[in-house]
Amino acid sequence: MRRASIVDGAIDPASLIEEVSSPQYGGISLFVGTVREVNEGRSVSAIEYSAYKSMASAELERILDEAEERFGISALVVEHRVGLLALGEVSVAIAAAHPHRAPALDSTRYVIEEIKKRVPIWKKEHYSDGTREWIDPTRAAQVSGT
Amino acid sequence: MPTVTVQLFASYADMLGAPTVELPLTPGTTVQDLLQRLRSLPGASALPPAPRIAVNRTFATGEQLIAPSDEIALIPPVAGG
Repeated sequence: MRRASIVDGAIDPASLIEEVSSPQYGGISLFVGTVREVNEGRSVSAIEYSAYKSMASAELERILDEAEERFGISALVVEHRVGLLALGEVSVAIAAAHPHRAPALDSTRYVIEEIKKRVPIWKKEHYSDGTREWIDPTRAAQVSGT
Repeated sequence: MPTVTVQLFASYADMLGAPTVELPLTPGTTVQDLLQRLRSLPGASALPPAPRIAVNRTFATGEQLIAPSDEIALIPPVAGG
């Protein structure tokens, strides 16, 4: 089971676990990303995600291909949501299943790290004071030196 | 003169005030050339020195040649997850 989707509606992480589950697998790893209430000291009220959907799907597929090649994982599902998300809502979920735990854990980590580097998805944070801002992680990295 | 459409997203669409722009396409135009033409548009001076460009849904290099039928997009720093 392999699937990469950009979705508009709510993500149900439990359904991803179900999707990759099989008696042949002894380990399932699940990563869930959610909307956090504070970013760089500013109070966030919501996040608006947008994507270049056709490329984002293609890039996610390429990442799944790489994970399969690196970790021998074939049961791997990822969903990323776009639209306006409230605090605590799920923005991304990744489920990986394998006969053994290490490839399952390594795959979810790999997929989320690669999403952050190269999948064309953007977020505009809405702050409690009414202002809004596109997030640029490269600028944050320059400022903090990390 | 043939043109090519460049898709803009997120902060870059805000900077240039539109979701797409049309640029002239002469034979032998590379990604780098297209970027230079883009920089002459109003608002484009705020672009970083080397923004990422995708050709047909794949990240491209500066030397890559562009055809009129190519799907071109300027990709702001990504922030998924």
